[in-house]
Amino acid sequence: MSLYLIAVALLMCSGVPGLFLRRRGGEVAAGLMSLGALMGLTAAVRVLAGGPVATLVLPPAPLASAGLLTLDPLAALFALPVFLLTACAAVYGIGYWDNHQEHARTLRLVLGLLAASLAFLVVATHALPFLLGWEGMTISAFLLVLTEDRLPEVRRAAWLYLVCTHTGTLALFGAFALLSAATGQWTFSALPLGFAATGRGTALFLLCLFGFGFKAGIMPLHLWLPSTHAAAPSHVSAVMSGVMIKMGILGLVRLLCWIPDPPFWWGAVLMGLGALSGVLGVAFALGQHDLKRLLAYHSIENIGIILLGLGLGVLGKSTGHPVIQVLGFAGALLHVLNHSLFKGLLFLAAGSVIHATGTRDLERMGGLGQRMPWTSGAFLLGSWAISGLPPLNGFVSEWFIYLGSFRTLGLFRWPWSLLVLTALALIGALALACFAKAHGAVFLGAPRSEAAGGAHEAPRSMRVPMGILAAGCALIGLAPMLLAPALDRVVAALGEGTRVQPLAPLAHLPSLSLLALVLLGLAFLLWRWLRPLDPGRTMPTWDCGYAVSSPRMQYTASSFADGLVAGLRWALWPRSRGGKVAGCFPADHPFESHVPDLVLDRITDPAFQSLSMGAVLLRFLQGGKVHIYLLYVLLTLLTLLLWMVA
Amino acid sequence: MSLPSLTVSTQWVLHLLTLLLLPPLIPGLINKVKAVMAGRSGPPVLQLYYDLAKLARKQAVFSRTTTWVFLAGPVGTVAAGLVAGLLVPFGHTGTPLSFEGDVILFAYLFGLARFLTVLSALDTGSSFEGMGAAREVAFSALAEPALFLGFAALAKASSSLSLSTMLLGSGLGSGRMAGPLILVLVGWAIVFLAENARIPVDDPNTHLELTMIHEVMVLDHSGRPFALVLYGASLKLLVLGALLMDPVLPRAPQAWQNWLLFGAGLGALAVAVGLVESMSARFRMTKVPQFLIAGILASAFAFLLLLV
Repeated sequence: MSLYLIAVALLMCSGVPGLFLRRRGGEVAAGLMSLGALMGLTAAVRVLAGGPVATLVLPPAPLASAGLLTLDPLAALFALPVFLLTACAAVYGIGYWDNHQEHARTLRLVLGLLAASLAFLVVATHALPFLLGWEGMTISAFLLVLTEDRLPEVRRAAWLYLVCTHTGTLALFGAFALLSAATGQWTFSALPLGFAATGRGTALFLLCLFGFGFKAGIMPLHLWLPSTHAAAPSHVSAVMSGVMIKMGILGLVRLLCWIPDPPFWWGAVLMGLGALSGVLGVAFALGQHDLKRLLAYHSIENIGIILLGLGLGVLGKSTGHPVIQVLGFAGALLHVLNHSLFKGLLFLAAGSVIHATGTRDLERMGGLGQRMPWTSGAFLLGSWAISGLPPLNGFVSEWFIYLGSFRTLGLFRWPWSLLVLTALALIGALALACFAKAHGAVFLGAPRSEAAGGAHEAPRSMRVPMGILAAGCALIGLAPMLLAPALDRVVAALGEGTRVQPLAPLAHLPSLSLLALVLLGLAFLLWRWLRPLDPGRTMPTWDCGYAVSSPRMQYTASSFADGLVAGLRWALWPRSRGGKVAGCFPADHPFESHVPDLVLDRITDPAFQSLSMGAVLLRFLQGGKVHIYLLYVLLTLLTLLLWMVA
Repeated sequence: MSLPSLTVSTQWVLHLLTLLLLPPLIPGLINKVKAVMAGRSGPPVLQLYYDLAKLARKQAVFSRTTTWVFLAGPVGTVAAGLVAGLLVPFGHTGTPLSFEGDVILFAYLFGLARFLTVLSALDTGSSFEGMGAAREVAFSALAEPALFLGFAALAKASSSLSLSTMLLGSGLGSGRMAGPLILVLVGWAIVFLAENARIPVDDPNTHLELTMIHEVMVLDHSGRPFALVLYGASLKLLVLGALLMDPVLPRAPQAWQNWLLFGAGLGALAVAVGLVESMSARFRMTKVPQFLIAGILASAFAFLLLLV
């Protein structure tokens, strides 16, 4: 535990020396973060490998309860991505946001604070440190989003984020109050049997779902997520999307740990929300042409996949089917880790692209694969993994959830698993389409703008973190057995430990690895067969006989997604303007299409606007004239008098 | 699955040989059937073998915009197809590899092949190939649920998650299963036609005017990469064809009879595809989603029938 706390302290202080150094502040911060991360990872891996669970107890009377901070397997699993990703982001920040950029020093300082709050939050097992860490995370993330505060859309995104996340925190206060009323203490501990079925149990579940759901970005509580992720610097987006929103999942998993007998409908609700977030998340991602907004919507999709797994696990637990429980929970938890690896990788690669081209617009990119081969490879690997394709890590976690849902087929009267199966299949196919679009528009083909044509490869300090995350994706994909014992320990915390079966034989992980290796071997042989041909002849792309083809004739990202967006228009409601040409020799004509957010742009924004318009109508009541106010007092008194008499 | 007269290693070898060598025969058969129906003599049945041998000796031409991703498409298609071929049984002849849940891997391997093919199409920067790629991902988003719902129905019927048990399970022959099985096969037949880009979804005849999806994506491939593309497409015919035929193939007592049955079934499938192509026209692009949704509905109804 002390190792872990030193790591947290190191992360917290990592940005401080940089405040006083004229140069090399980024290197010092990255060094301190990496050192802290190594120590924290050591502590976490030790617990995951079966070491003793460490606890911190403080002497003062109000806090002297069992376990203020606990590094149990669950905390250790969530701590892995926290340390890995924040350290990678800090190293990446050296090149991405150097001293010439605005607020570089404070950015590093606050990034350290965010990392420390996250690491602290993960091990908190008492309401007070949990909320402390939660607020620290919220506020430091708010400051990080504000880095480019001269831009109005950044200020708006940060404000939206702050409002949303504090609304969620309000619900958490209520949830913790209910919890302490039920158990008599503020430490997180198991709730009595039967509590979950009571009205208070229902209230606790709904409050947690609302509070943690806001942070996790579950549809329809995701409204802050796309704009915030787009507004923040890319390495901050990587941490926010990879780790921070997972803290909402951590909260939900903690709740499930306290409940020995979750009702059936909890699982159904989680699965329903998961299917909704998953399918709509990827559908909205398809409609985006801002690279970072696209990735942000994919975070919502992946939160949906995690919820599908959690819901399945709850279903198994409430009906006493340990196999389904293990597969559902293991899938969800592994997906938490996987998503932070590949989403971190994708955001960092997107950052390199934005760094090189100065735009986030997919329609202005293209052909970057030739100019930035490493970044292109990193983005391709991340896309491969996030689309859940073998043999990378995204496939393994989705595999667990698939297996779990296939197992429920014969068990219940209602085909719950059909929801999971169709949702997962649809999400997989749409995610593939969306990442084919993103990778194709950014890296393949010919450059669509001068900025893209003059792009350069990212410096090494930005490539190394991408390499580390990519290696993580490949390792988990090829050898998932390595993680299976750790996942067993975490899953045991979510259910009765004795009845839980080990994961590796249950999910046939050795066969999976074997086939992954066969696949790679075959691909290597075929590659060798193609390679010896010297690439002697290069020609322009054959474009059906057109003599002069221009890059502007390429299929754009929007046109690539157009068929699917049109098919999903019942959910997306895309808007387009212009594009109607007339006459034999039409002049230039502008066309734009755009998919606004369903909740933010269609519901909450109009609702709050009409609310404030309505408030204007009431303004005459408060004219600032004292005699009118005296009249109000008199009228009120008269009304009260009449009421008393009557 | 133990078989009386063939040892396990012989089965392995036979399976591998079939997987590696048989695929180019299927497009040849289909084309022959089409030619006969149209009253032509048509190219020889072994034409694709000759084509592959010729392409393997030819020099490839690459577009200036392409990167290594351009080659990943053909390589990925063939590698994923071969691994998927290890999981699917060829009739009642035993499967080299079989474990609980291999259906999911099977389906996702095709996803991988599609992903890489689409990327290698986009790598050329050609708008025509972009169109093909966009259509491919859009239509497969509808084919995927149909495939998975069919798997769900068969998994429920056979209480198993491994392809070989699901497809060849003994429960499939009983009268109660006949209705759902027919529906699943209808759904999968639609998936088969769509995934292999055959009429009525796509016309594989030409490279340009009629072909709208698959062949469009490989316009710029030549030489050995193109050989892999053609081989990968025929491999897909074999593997998905085996998926489609397995549930209806009867079980013979002798191993060689099972192989014979499988060969006959494959021939029948090729003839059927050829007949469909000779007798129907390609749908308009806007009709294809409706066709695929019919496939989803067929599989979903199969599942619902199993619930009652």
